Amino acid sequence: MSDTPPGDTVLEVRDLHTHFFLRRGVVKAVDGVSFSLKRGEVLGLVGESGCGKSLTALSLMRLLPKGGARTIKGEVLLGGENILQHTPAEMREIRGRRISMVLQDPQTSLNPVFSVGDQLREAIERRRKGASLSEIMKEAVAALRRVEIAAPEQRIGQYPHQMSGGMKQRVVGAIAISGEPEVLIADEPTTALDVTIQLQYLKLLKRLQAENGMAILFITHDFGVVGRMCDRVAVMYAGRIVECGPVKQIFEAPQHPYTRALIASVPKMTGPAGRLTTIEGQPPSLMDLPVGCRFASRCALVEQRCLDAYPRSVRVGDAHTADCWKVSPP
Amino acid sequence: MAIVDRPSRTVVQRRWSLWRAMVWPRREAAPRRTARVPWIPIVIISVIVIMAVFAPLLAPHSPIDQTLRDKLLPPAWMLGGKDKYFLGTDAFGRDILSRLIYGARVSLIVALLALTVGGGVGLAIGIVAGYVGGAVDSILMRLVDAAFTFPAILFALLLAVTMGQGLGTLVIAISLLLWATFARVIRGEVLALRQRDFVALAKVRGCSSLRIMLTHILPNVLNTFMVLVTLNIGVVIIAEATLSFLGAGIPPPTPTWGLMISEGRGRIAEAWWVALIPGIAITLLVLSVNLFGDWLRDRLDPRLRQL
Amino acid sequence: MKRFIARRLMQGVVLLFMVATIVFFLGRLTGNPVDLMLPEDATAEDRAQLTQTLGLDGPLSEQFLIFIGKALHGDLGTSIRMKQPAAQAFFDRLPNTLVLIPWALLLGMMLGIPLGVVAALHRGGWLDRAAGTVAVLGVAMPSFWLGVLLIFVFSVELGWLPSSRMGGPEHYILPVITLGTFLVAGFMRITRSAMLEVMESEFVKLARIKGLSETTVIWKHCLRNALIPVLTLWGVFVGNLITGAIVTETVFAWPGIGRLTYEAVIYRDFPLLQAVIILKSILILGINLGVDILYAYVDPRIRLA
Repeated sequence: MSDTPPGDTVLEVRDLHTHFFLRRGVVKAVDGVSFSLKRGEVLGLVGESGCGKSLTALSLMRLLPKGGARTIKGEVLLGGENILQHTPAEMREIRGRRISMVLQDPQTSLNPVFSVGDQLREAIERRRKGASLSEIMKEAVAALRRVEIAAPEQRIGQYPHQMSGGMKQRVVGAIAISGEPEVLIADEPTTALDVTIQLQYLKLLKRLQAENGMAILFITHDFGVVGRMCDRVAVMYAGRIVECGPVKQIFEAPQHPYTRALIASVPKMTGPAGRLTTIEGQPPSLMDLPVGCRFASRCALVEQRCLDAYPRSVRVGDAHTADCWKVSPP
Repeated sequence: MAIVDRPSRTVVQRRWSLWRAMVWPRREAAPRRTARVPWIPIVIISVIVIMAVFAPLLAPHSPIDQTLRDKLLPPAWMLGGKDKYFLGTDAFGRDILSRLIYGARVSLIVALLALTVGGGVGLAIGIVAGYVGGAVDSILMRLVDAAFTFPAILFALLLAVTMGQGLGTLVIAISLLLWATFARVIRGEVLALRQRDFVALAKVRGCSSLRIMLTHILPNVLNTFMVLVTLNIGVVIIAEATLSFLGAGIPPPTPTWGLMISEGRGRIAEAWWVALIPGIAITLLVLSVNLFGDWLRDRLDPRLRQL
Repeated sequence: MKRFIARRLMQGVVLLFMVATIVFFLGRLTGNPVDLMLPEDATAEDRAQLTQTLGLDGPLSEQFLIFIGKALHGDLGTSIRMKQPAAQAFFDRLPNTLVLIPWALLLGMMLGIPLGVVAALHRGGWLDRAAGTVAVLGVAMPSFWLGVLLIFVFSVELGWLPSSRMGGPEHYILPVITLGTFLVAGFMRITRSAMLEVMESEFVKLARIKGLSETTVIWKHCLRNALIPVLTLWGVFVGNLITGAIVTETVFAWPGIGRLTYEAVIYRDFPLLQAVIILKSILILGINLGVDILYAYVDPRIRLA
């Protein structure tokens, strides 16, 4: 599948299927997702809300929401081991230490009744078993400093409600990376932040990544952020990745009609102020997916074969694939 | 994740639609989850209601007349029991079954009256506080908080001593226990309703506040009100029994379940049936009413689950 | 924190004033309060004297001031039956109730909170249903009847435990169960629903992302948050305990303030009842203040506000 040397790939996801089994039917929220992540790489996972991005992330962490969500098929290879087959105890060993995650809303992702220091300490303790409390607290202060929190010695004793959203999200970041994971999943980490703070946070993530060489799976709905953060990008639509490739190639020559439409809908900072386009129609219900291309109902170039069968994956360039009948290999 | 499933339950749908259509004709959307209809509680409640309504026809003996010759007889199935006293007799030779049947009457009448008075006052206060808002709201809600802090039973006892025992005192006393719960929940509903378009529209049309409260707000909180009423029947029955037990309920010789327990507890060693049987009746009725209320709430107003 | 306590104290004083007012006016609701305050065989001189001390010949506002003034000096009238100051009678009996209440609370929490957590963890399973049944039954049984039932089973039939009066530790068991059953059900219900809500929250997800063990996630991160709504209900529970104590002490002939209340009612001892209600109100307010402080301790958002 991947043409990079295996030693270089830290995370590989193959044909992942995570469905919600409800009484009303089966919601195929993640339905055949494959991608790989190399050491030190930032892969953007882009798509509209509800396309299965977050559930993909939670499937990788094996922290599916309660009530009917199950990963029924596929492999998640972390350093070559399929973590979907790990026991819960083995999985706990991996979480935080090898694969970690930053959640979307900083207002709710910290526990309101424990101090920031307490919550950070719990994460550090796992890596530094047997270390004394003062050592760990010293490290906690260092961790806060690393995420650019001013006066970390004072902040460490504070509670989440005493901090701003941006600061809380930095703390969440510090907690997530304190186990020095190989893979960090960032699920829309800046969506809930002010625009000015968003940029700072992205820069911080970039810097942290450069420092310890972790791979980041960056989930977002914002193509603008992708260009700033990512090396490669995977575009997700209705439970599947429809196009995947290096950021530059995707921006310059998007192949899938959905990707093109998404990029066209991003306001441009430079050049003439053209009309902003939106994509007509609604994505198909994840409970009742069409047999053919899932974008067919909204695609301007739709043909009969698009409705008849799901398109094969076409390699359009170096590490660049697109699932579309209308795309031909170069 | 927005999609959350609940543990599946057997779906019994639309079996009661006629009944529902009679009582709540305006409910449109069907609730997401349909719990099983609580048939056993419904049967128990029906039996007790029938007992109460037709007490004079059903009771085999007078609940008040004493037959000292037959005192403290055990239930019919026990050694020494007589067939004519199915559940035995008390220390004055009164038939327990007959007293139980008449006692159901007292419980249900008190419940009906107290829920009408207490619930009605709470409903009115809740609507006014929620709709008028401002200082009126904060004063009324302070009162509600105060009512929650102090056990109403204490005031009920005080009333019984100052006003004397009787149905009126009892109803007022239990209403004191109820109004605050009703007021708080209804106010919350009204706060939400106030923001709705039809209220704004009515204002634009020049309706008076009183008119809006009566014709637009009131009908929309009736569902919640009914759920609250059902959920509080049990509270009222226990309160009535407790006050009777403490000598602050309907005065003897009128049979009430609480009084029967109170009279029987001194002779528990020789005649357990006098005190224990009425308690079983109370527990069964309250249990049934609560289970029924839970079901009704889930069906009509699942948001009230916090209560 | 100091301002928080001061504000609570102020509110308490206002509430207490309201209670005193209600008690005062109820006493005058039905004709001449002298009839309520004195035994039926009181002489004409007694009546005249009481009329004078209470200022009953003056206007109502003046009577009210006299009442409040006396109450502030600790004079809450004289018990008709016991012929001693009502406040005195209350404080003589208070310790007997105060030794009972903590045990009932402890029983309620030690059983109710873990049961609620377990029920939430096994939501929909048989443990949840079993716990739910216990809760529903605990609420449906009138506690005075439960007391009678316990006496019948454990004292009369089995002969294991004493049925009444104070004494050694074995005397505590049945009253504490009677008083605590309602609390077990209450604590369980609230803990369960609070846990269910907390378990869905994002910070629990983050705790799992950190790789914490399930035990830590549930019993530390979830429970500590779930305890906040549990604690808010303490105020309500205190009210329930005071009411429950009346019934429980009556059933078990326990010489506490609950039994005193019952005696005041059945002997129509209005001055005693009036004093009991006012003093119990102070007790309830005091406990509520304590709960508020505890609440602030558990929830830093209040403590540091």
